[in-house]
Amino acid sequence: MPSNKSVSDAPIVQFTNCRILRGHQLQREDLWVREGKILNPEKLFFDEKGSADVQVDCKDSIITPGFIDVQINGGFGVDFSLATDDFKSGIDLVSQKILSHGVTSFCPTLVTSPPSVYHQVLPQISVRNGGAHGAGILGAHLEGPFISKEKKGAHPEHCLRTFEAGAFQDLLATYGSLDCVRIVTLAPEMRRSSEVIRELTKRGICVSLGHSVANLSQAEEAVQHGATFITHLFNAMLPFHHRDPGIVGLLTSDKIPAGRRVFYGMISDGIHTNPAALRIAHRAHPKGLVLVTDAIAGMGLAPGRHTLGQQVVEIDGLNTYIAGTKTLSGSVATMDTCVRHFQEATGCSVETALEAASLHPAQLLGIERKKGTLNYDSDADFLILNDNLYVQATYIAGKEVWRQDASGM
Amino acid sequence: MKLIILDNYSQASEWAAKYIRNRIVHFGPGPGRFFTLGLPTGLPRDHPESYHSFMWNNFFKHIDILPENVHILDGNAPDLQAECDAFEEKIKAAGGIELFVGGIGPDGHIAFNEPGSSLVSRTRVKTLAMDTILANARFFDGDLSKVPTMALTVGVGTVMDAREVMILITGAHKAFALYKAIEDGVNHMWTVSAFQQHPNTVFVCDEDATLELKVKTVKYFKGLMLVHNKLVEPLYSMKEMGAERSQSKKPYSD
Repeated sequence: MPSNKSVSDAPIVQFTNCRILRGHQLQREDLWVREGKILNPEKLFFDEKGSADVQVDCKDSIITPGFIDVQINGGFGVDFSLATDDFKSGIDLVSQKILSHGVTSFCPTLVTSPPSVYHQVLPQISVRNGGAHGAGILGAHLEGPFISKEKKGAHPEHCLRTFEAGAFQDLLATYGSLDCVRIVTLAPEMRRSSEVIRELTKRGICVSLGHSVANLSQAEEAVQHGATFITHLFNAMLPFHHRDPGIVGLLTSDKIPAGRRVFYGMISDGIHTNPAALRIAHRAHPKGLVLVTDAIAGMGLAPGRHTLGQQVVEIDGLNTYIAGTKTLSGSVATMDTCVRHFQEATGCSVETALEAASLHPAQLLGIERKKGTLNYDSDADFLILNDNLYVQATYIAGKEVWRQDASGM
Repeated sequence: MKLIILDNYSQASEWAAKYIRNRIVHFGPGPGRFFTLGLPTGLPRDHPESYHSFMWNNFFKHIDILPENVHILDGNAPDLQAECDAFEEKIKAAGGIELFVGGIGPDGHIAFNEPGSSLVSRTRVKTLAMDTILANARFFDGDLSKVPTMALTVGVGTVMDAREVMILITGAHKAFALYKAIEDGVNHMWTVSAFQQHPNTVFVCDEDATLELKVKTVKYFKGLMLVHNKLVEPLYSMKEMGAERSQSKKPYSD
């Protein structure tokens, strides 16, 4: 159809015959895209007198904002905590492969490592937009080394550190540079954590509580200083106790500053958290739930031994343990598997499950104006799903970057 | 006139929709041959419940109309009277209105031609009656001071120039207006009554809207439903009409 667009000559694509996730609901609406952003068709019609150049029939599929994974340690044999010579191509490989899981933006995560690793690896991570080459990188997630010895989980003890001597300066010296860092996980009970949390928050870095033995008031104090996230709820923290709920108590705490929300990551692979616990967390604080994979290098590979930073881990089905132990270490679940499992385990609506992997992580990072929704003017990063929430196609900036082919690849 | 009486709001809406569809299909529109549909105007552009949003969400986004073929009176135009005059010109340029579809207010007005409007009026700026302002208050959170007091509207005369007029009237609160429109005389206090002098009018209503009519009137027109239903059954489509173009009959008229 010829169109007369006064604002731009870029082609306009109209996705029809679909249900889109907008306004927390699946609505029967068309999705309009131009120049990599979601377009407002009403303004196009009345103000520009324009119409679509291309129409795509989605055959009654679901269109959802692309998934955002804020905790992923690697995959397909690549370990983000290993300072290899071809680190850059490793990150590129993972970012390309996760497109098929529906992830359009992610935070490459580094587990507790010696300073040399941070100094070598961090400069090689840059914030960049996604595209045909792979999912967009929002910045690194540094999980450790300022965490508790008692709750180190799979993190190597000899690399744990404190910042009681020089607070923020210690942290900066350990990491080298915070330029592309988006999230830092630390244990708030550590001395001088308040200063560190305040300083990180001032720099726009999201502070997450995890691998910690903090009690509830220590956790609340951390939130008051700026912490907004909890790393893999339930795992690597004190269990919920009715007289001291610990970090888990943040979900229903009344000491959260007004206007702020505490988010919490959940690995819903069916192993890290019992479905009943998942349901308890979800029902207590549904709007804060952020699905993460916490995937490790072995994700996407065959069972067997793989590395995770300084450790060796063993994969058997969906379970990953430190080799020779029963300590869980990361997961090999993919983001779309987590979404499906979450929906099944909680019986929640499709919209809720999809938002836990898109809207909520975007809100956590304060980028919901551009990512995580299908609102007008936001980035056109979206997925075409079938009714069982399997990804059929992935789009970044309005361009198809992955498609399920007939052989089911 | 044809008075079509259906059981309820949904059925009345459906009958009207089918009728309009068949009319468009029989007309056989195409490039250069426009089926010009007239619809009454509404609220100012900037309002969140604006007429533009309403029309987009309820009509335009569901059909393949080209944006340049949509003409809406602009209440924000710098020279309102010029805007109205230009609108009349656009109607002429499109070959006149083929079918005008509208409703009536409880005070019997068509479009915003409030009681006292000239029955030969054209598109112009109109001051709204208190009844209308009250009715529109729901779009402005019930705050009367926020409701616009003026509106641009097509005139009674403008609508009378349409080749066919369809008026939709549902609900008991419209019953008295319907009675005044079709059983009383032509009167500028009930501007819809002007259509008694139009050769091709269809009134589509539900049972509740007939509450003020004479039993005789209602029985007469209900008796004609068998014939009137031939206008909506069979339901035609553009694809079929291509083949049947030569055999198409002129739809029944009074």
